[in-house]
Amino acid sequence: MFDTLTLAALPAEDDALRPAVRELAESATADMPTDVRARSWMGFDRAFSRRLGAAGFLGLTLPPQYGGGGRGAFARFVVVEELLAVGAPVAAHWIADRQSAPLILNFGNEAQRRAYIPPICRGELVFCIGMSEPGAGSDLASVRTRAEATATGWRVNGQKIWTSNAVHGDYMIALVRTSGTVDDRHAGLSQLIIDLKAPGVSVRPISDLTGDAHFAEVFFDNVDLPHDALIGEAGDGWKQVTAELAFERSGPERIYSSVILLDAWITHLRTAVRDDVATLDLVGEFTARLATLRAMSLACTARLARGESPVVEASLVKDLGTGFEQELPDAIGRDLAAHPDQPVDAELYRALLYVTHIAPSFSLRGGTREILRGIIARGLGLR
Amino acid sequence: MSEFLAPFEHMLEQIVTPAAVRAIESSGDGSAMWGAIAESGFLDALVPEERGGAGLPLTEVQPLWMALGRRAVPLPVGETMIARGLCGDAPAGPIALATARAGQEVVVPSGRIAAYLLIDGGDGLHLVDTASIATTPTGVVGDLSARMRWDSLPSGGRAPPVGGLRSSAAVLRASLIAGAAERLTEMTAAYAGERLQFGKPIGRQQALQQQMAVMAEETVAARLASQLGAASGFPPRPEAAATAKSVASRAAARVAATAHAVHGAIGISAEYDLQLLTRRLHEWRLADGGEAYWNRQLGAARLASEVRSVDYVRTAIFAETR
Repeated sequence: MFDTLTLAALPAEDDALRPAVRELAESATADMPTDVRARSWMGFDRAFSRRLGAAGFLGLTLPPQYGGGGRGAFARFVVVEELLAVGAPVAAHWIADRQSAPLILNFGNEAQRRAYIPPICRGELVFCIGMSEPGAGSDLASVRTRAEATATGWRVNGQKIWTSNAVHGDYMIALVRTSGTVDDRHAGLSQLIIDLKAPGVSVRPISDLTGDAHFAEVFFDNVDLPHDALIGEAGDGWKQVTAELAFERSGPERIYSSVILLDAWITHLRTAVRDDVATLDLVGEFTARLATLRAMSLACTARLARGESPVVEASLVKDLGTGFEQELPDAIGRDLAAHPDQPVDAELYRALLYVTHIAPSFSLRGGTREILRGIIARGLGLR
Repeated sequence: MSEFLAPFEHMLEQIVTPAAVRAIESSGDGSAMWGAIAESGFLDALVPEERGGAGLPLTEVQPLWMALGRRAVPLPVGETMIARGLCGDAPAGPIALATARAGQEVVVPSGRIAAYLLIDGGDGLHLVDTASIATTPTGVVGDLSARMRWDSLPSGGRAPPVGGLRSSAAVLRASLIAGAAERLTEMTAAYAGERLQFGKPIGRQQALQQQMAVMAEETVAARLASQLGAASGFPPRPEAAATAKSVASRAAARVAATAHAVHGAIGISAEYDLQLLTRRLHEWRLADGGEAYWNRQLGAARLASEVRSVDYVRTAIFAETR
């Protein structure tokens, strides 16, 4: 069952990237408080992304002729793991490096590849994902944002919402309807690259419960785009989005979102010299589960490295991984509050509450728990 | 994929039928099945080549252990592989494993079947004829485990491996659990596709699909964790063995529960094969330390280290060096 998900070792030549990226990541985070590093892949810093690009740590899976590293999924795994392990601010290149550039490489034409991929590899372009709409969340096929063919290209009208990084973004790859109606479901959908500075685009940030405003509403009012805004074939949007989601769901960010909090808590336990049975039980359980999730994430990476699209397997790892990420703040909160006479450092306390408050999003972003389990059930032949 | 897996599975398919499993569980006599497995040569899988064995790495043996779990093989095949791999002079016959001091009664899987017991008594490994050991049945129906106790051990045993015999046993149990869990998930998905209620297969119900998805996740996690334990070598590293058994034991109880929930009443009937696997899952979960035992071992090792969690996992459990 799901036999393709099997233990895979990191190739030595990819693991060799680790010391150099670690040095860069540690220098960028040395002065960042724990609760800021706990933002994990939500932390935004264009200058840091450019430094990573200049050092050759972006676009590792992409071909050298487009400015990529020509390496592969394992090399990217090592770099991403090192960045997440210290809570480096990676949001400014995250989506572009993870899924937009591979999407453009796989489905875009030569001109699009040459226009977008090199600056993505330099860490210069912020991409966002234009999927969710007010009436299209888990039911993604019901998107209503529409693009009409015009003499010069496409005219877009509609709205996206919950779009991460749109406030700072350069481009959005949007799933839009180019023919038919909502009743046609998966048919008639297409993907367009939208310049967020184009006339008719307006972005309104949305504040979240932690005080951050990482996501936004994006409105399209008669936005005119050229012909080559279209990625791939008109009508192939659903197929392309499905492939894109395998990239979005399979990475180590689906197991490491709470790891900064985990490490801050372990430091606290070491300082407090806690070695009672309940503490050891909890620390051991989390360590064992983290190791196993890493093995599962590496197994997914091996499939990406072979050029496959592990849609079901990525869903499986993401659901299990985000469940773990969500249990951490719950259990750590219970543990700290079980020892009211042991003082909790201010940064650890803020990190705990930040992760506690944002954790519900872990099983929403990139596909809800219920949708992922539906995909797994289909993989089991139940639907 | 191990090249030895297909012939091993083929052999098990011929001899380990559900009827044969039931017969051994009821009589306690596994000699015929044991003879066939012993003849195959697989018992020397972990014996180094210079001692005339196959010298397979544990990563190649782990799939064989999963195959044993899939069929609920009622004999200490994996245990004997471990014992023969560790001891140069192991006698023929089924060998069970135990970690306990003299005078302490312990439940030993396959204790009713075993001719010998390899004991980690704390000071060393001792291979002992079970005729000299006080053995009583557990009293659990169909259980081939036995309660065993010995009052003394000969002095000067073989030096135990790092992490003790229990680490090897833990990776074996985790692999057996992973194999049985996989078979249970397949059986349960198939049943959910056939069983009609409210005019459609119950597998069409979203509530059931969500449970089955979680069952598949636990099953795959148990497999990857047991592979991780095996990848650390033979004998396995204690941290990797702890990971394997912690995750697999946790999965065992959950997978068994969902398998029964989906099957309904038929699943707890003796004549249906589900119970052959779910009873074993519970036995293997409890054997050689459950999830809490291994969590505490691993938790203590983790807290003794000042490195970040990602680095701890990489170096102590994956044995990555950089």
